[in-house]
Amino acid sequence: MGRDEFLFLLIGLKWTVALSIVAFICGSIAGLAVALARTCGIAIIERVTAGYIAVFQGTPLLMQLFVVYYGLALIGIKMDAWAAVSVGLTLHASAYLGEIWRGSIEAVPRGQTEAAKALALRYVSRMKEVVLPQAIRISLPATIGFLVQLIKGTSLASIVGFTELTRAGNIISNQIFQPITVFGVVGILYFLMCCPLTIYGAHLERKFATEVR
Amino acid sequence: MTQAAIRTDVPEQMITMTGVGKWYGAFQALHNVDITVNRGEKIVLCGPSGSGKSTLIRCINHLEAYQEGQIHVGGMLLGHQAKTIDAVRREVGMVFQQFNLFPHLTVLQNCMLAPVKALGLSKAEAEERARQLLERVKISEQAEKYPAQLSGGQQQRVAIARALCMRPQVMLFDEPTSALDPEMVKEVLDTMIALAEEGMTMICVTHEMGFARQVADRVIFMASGAIVEEAPPAEFFSNPQHERTRKFLGEILGRH
Amino acid sequence: MNYTLDFTPVIDGLPDLLTACLGTFTLAICGMLLATVIGIGGVVLRQSPIKALRWLVIGFVEIIRNTPFLVQIFFIYFALPLAGIRLDPTPTAIIALGINGGAYAIEIIRGGVQSISKGQMEAGLALGLHKAQVFRLIILKPALRAIYPSLTSQFVLLTLSTSIASAISAYELTSVSQRIESDSFRSFEVYFTVTAFYLVISWVMMRIFAFFSARYFAYPVK
Repeated sequence: MGRDEFLFLLIGLKWTVALSIVAFICGSIAGLAVALARTCGIAIIERVTAGYIAVFQGTPLLMQLFVVYYGLALIGIKMDAWAAVSVGLTLHASAYLGEIWRGSIEAVPRGQTEAAKALALRYVSRMKEVVLPQAIRISLPATIGFLVQLIKGTSLASIVGFTELTRAGNIISNQIFQPITVFGVVGILYFLMCCPLTIYGAHLERKFATEVR
Repeated sequence: MTQAAIRTDVPEQMITMTGVGKWYGAFQALHNVDITVNRGEKIVLCGPSGSGKSTLIRCINHLEAYQEGQIHVGGMLLGHQAKTIDAVRREVGMVFQQFNLFPHLTVLQNCMLAPVKALGLSKAEAEERARQLLERVKISEQAEKYPAQLSGGQQQRVAIARALCMRPQVMLFDEPTSALDPEMVKEVLDTMIALAEEGMTMICVTHEMGFARQVADRVIFMASGAIVEEAPPAEFFSNPQHERTRKFLGEILGRH
Repeated sequence: MNYTLDFTPVIDGLPDLLTACLGTFTLAICGMLLATVIGIGGVVLRQSPIKALRWLVIGFVEIIRNTPFLVQIFFIYFALPLAGIRLDPTPTAIIALGINGGAYAIEIIRGGVQSISKGQMEAGLALGLHKAQVFRLIILKPALRAIYPSLTSQFVLLTLSTSIASAISAYELTSVSQRIESDSFRSFEVYFTVTAFYLVISWVMMRIFAFFSARYFAYPVK
């Protein structure tokens, strides 16, 4: 594998990073809404959100990308693969992050909400000032764990036809017929992105675990 | 002499420890410990945390290995042979600070497990024995419940019954009331006192000095892995010989 | 804009799709079994006194957990023939699923073993039981109960990731749906229906797992 081929992989890598960042940021915003809806106390909203989460957690990401990709075209929204995949991954992330954060919100002791209520704080300040800061901290290891899943998940965009790192690897592999080398390098690039996050997540988990004791 | 011959001998000395030393790596946890416990004697072991008292009783049933000296239990030299260790463990019951009941088994099953699996009793025999002993610790009505459904005091009484189901010669108690809420301490101590009155040989690591006064034949005070002082309770409490004992008693009795 | 949904190709393809579900189940079940074997073996090696073996397991787990399954399946697909092993796509996919799931299983099982308190072991020994008896009668069930939720949700994820095996044309639901899609161009209808299939599959699996949980692990804990 020569320099040009490697550079082509790096361009793919750039799109993988871009896709991960966009999906994570947009997914976080939507995910926060999902988490709040899931814990709002109004039964019907909670059930609908639970259904939303269950659908995304009960179906393959690849199918989600297909359905969004063709579904958007169907309702007349013409989008290129990049935008469609971003939307798909965002929805996917919103469900998973929503579920992670629901758990964290519920893990904040009840007494915190009660104390905030007793201090006459309304819902917004109760959540913003009291519950969420604690919940976010609790959720950090799992959130980082999901970010790693998301980065790996962007590889499925290659099947829908978006040229990110994995598809760049496919293209190069078909050109130079050295699949082992190419996918080895592609794997290493993913590893370099994900491993530091994994280590950081595990570090936080250990740190929080010892603090509780 | 065969082991069986020693056993039928019914030795007066249930437990003898001579010059016992134990190390955790470079740290010496027990220094040259000598103790003799006669049949029917009740010993209370006390001392500050980290003094080696738990380590000591855990050596008696070989939950901890020792590196120096000798321990005889019921006439058997407790070495490293698995056979002797098993034989000793069948004769020595132990009650733990954290109860250590098996969460996936009911109270009755907890009591039947070892008699069936380690002594080879039939299930019917084991059940009869278990129900009898659960009756004795006044908890027979909870037999079908799981440990998590019981209070701490009830769990500890089940743990005592579970150990008694092996018909042990000696009972070891490793801080049996330390993990209990104050209102539950009494029910466990009462069970232990009743057991003592029936003549069971007992070694108790505990800070319950009232129990020591009432039940113990001797109180042994340990510090830094060694025995500092050993005396009958009346003497031990009224006239402690060593400065460290006085300081310890001052701290522990001052709290009450 | 005025698109009318047409599910006729889906209905015509229904027998094929339902048979393909069996392919998905085959991949999933074989993958789970292989993952369990790798998981148990990995934990044993992970506790080995030989340092190199322990690091081998740690390295394996981290490589698998930090790279995409799609890249892994491509790599294995091309690497096996080089190692002199010629397999059809479906067995290749099972190996890839097993290896991927196995790495996660190692971490989960290791956590379960660690979750059992030393006191349980000691209480068993103090009652005169042998080590093997203590493991079988006292440690095993609570350890299985401790790992069961994580392990089964990992198995559901493994089942969902069988769809990625379509990338090497293994026989399963996604590859069959892609064929129907390319024959009919009713992309949305096909994928929407198949997504619903997957939802049912994962729901059924969760029900089965919950059934066994209620059957075998229904003792109360604090």
